[in-house]
Amino acid sequence: MRAFGYSPATDPGTAVRLASQPDTTYIAGGTDLLNLMRDGSENHHHLVDINRLELADVTADDDGVHIGGLARMRQVAEDPRVLQRFAVVSQSLLASASPQVRNMASIGGNLLQRTRCGYFRDAGSACNKRVPGSGCPAIEGENRIHAILGTSDHCIATHPSDLAVALTALDATVHVLGPSGARRIPIADFYLPPGDTPQVENALRYGELITGVDLPSRLQDPLSRYLKLRDRATFEFAVVSVAAVLRVRGGRVQDVRLAFGGVGTKPWRSAEVEATLRGHRLTLERVSEAGRVLVRDAVPREGNEFKVELVQRALAGVLSELGGIR
Amino acid sequence: MSEQDVVPVRRRTVLKAAGAAGSVVAAGPTVETLAGPLAEAPPGSVRAGGTVEIALAVNGVSRRVVVEPRVTLLDALRDRMGLTGTKKGCDRGECGACTVLVDGERIKSCLTLAVMCQGSAITTIEGLARGDELHPVQEAFIRHDAFQCGGCTPGQIMSALACIQEGHTRSDDEVREWMSGNLCRCAAYQNMVAAVRDASREMRG
Repeated sequence: MRAFGYSPATDPGTAVRLASQPDTTYIAGGTDLLNLMRDGSENHHHLVDINRLELADVTADDDGVHIGGLARMRQVAEDPRVLQRFAVVSQSLLASASPQVRNMASIGGNLLQRTRCGYFRDAGSACNKRVPGSGCPAIEGENRIHAILGTSDHCIATHPSDLAVALTALDATVHVLGPSGARRIPIADFYLPPGDTPQVENALRYGELITGVDLPSRLQDPLSRYLKLRDRATFEFAVVSVAAVLRVRGGRVQDVRLAFGGVGTKPWRSAEVEATLRGHRLTLERVSEAGRVLVRDAVPREGNEFKVELVQRALAGVLSELGGIR
Repeated sequence: MSEQDVVPVRRRTVLKAAGAAGSVVAAGPTVETLAGPLAEAPPGSVRAGGTVEIALAVNGVSRRVVVEPRVTLLDALRDRMGLTGTKKGCDRGECGACTVLVDGERIKSCLTLAVMCQGSAITTIEGLARGDELHPVQEAFIRHDAFQCGGCTPGQIMSALACIQEGHTRSDDEVREWMSGNLCRCAAYQNMVAAVRDASREMRG
């Protein structure tokens, strides 16, 4: 790693002031950032250590659960209120990384994991994220793990966070603090598709810090589930994943929220898919139709065509488990 | 240099001495960024290229080391403190050979900076035995022949200890899932699962 400076911040205001300087960023768990800096995918002249900020609490009320940006993955996964009210969040966290990393990594940092692929991490390859305009070798190259939805001619990498998929299904809100004050960003607006600026992955402005995430209680007694399919049993990114929140009454879908990982350049949500299911019985035909709607605009490449079928099967599997398919 | 910082002369000592020669404690709390000197930098700040002295409790012993901010906890343990029991495998958080406990929780010491551990209590493989008496997890690994080359073993044992304390040893499958952050290139997994379950029974009574 190249040399960098370091400041341990003790309050959010100071942290933001320090991180507003050029070539400066925050470090929390460090589990993603340090590897990016080793690879040369990111270079920072100064790091602001935010681990001592008092932003690690999980609190709950009737409106939902608030998770501090510096709460750790394990802490949130084991929180009884999260387990009871948002099981999909706990499941997505426990399906992520390894026990050691879950002890270290913060919720804010998890959401800010770089959208990546092997070419992004390889300093010897072209990559429009690392060097804008240099090209995307994945489009004609090794693209088995890449996205089929939301891609552009400039980037087809997937966002790696399982938690972000669960939060997308839950309509979470991200709280940030920056040089111009505090603001809230709906998770649906937080991640940006690559378009022709794949190096810009989210709506955060320079110097902004994630202070927390709100999980709103929208559905009464919802069933929820996170299904993650991967190339080995554990400690691996998703090939395809589904976060589902479902409420069935009288045999019909009263409400459903679905988000998909491993298939999109950002955590993928489709209002059309949900509308296909809402108000209907979960018959095999209805679920198959929802799957077809999901992949209608998919752009598969040579290596990842299997994801078109796999994501539909994953959707059917989750709905079958949660609501039964007749 | 205090007594606890004196490292016995071994083949690695030459490298350590060479590394220490260039170390200078940071002069003050002023931080220079590309924008120029930054006032109101918090205590403990250090500029790029500078060094800072940090205090850690390692295996119950207070240690002070002088490090650049880019030095990982792993490198501080091995190269600055002479605690080479903690192994450097992949140096990117994937193999788990560098697993240690920080304030009682297992972490990967290659993915954390030593400066971030200021004031923390660190437990490494060197801190488990009591004199000549091995820790129950160490005993179980020997009893079950749970290693071959031994490269991953310190990390496996530290992770196993935490896994047992966390209560994730109720079945072989559960042990495999909760030990998944530790890879073994010799694939001694079968015997390690047996060792972890055996040690767990012994420790939990």
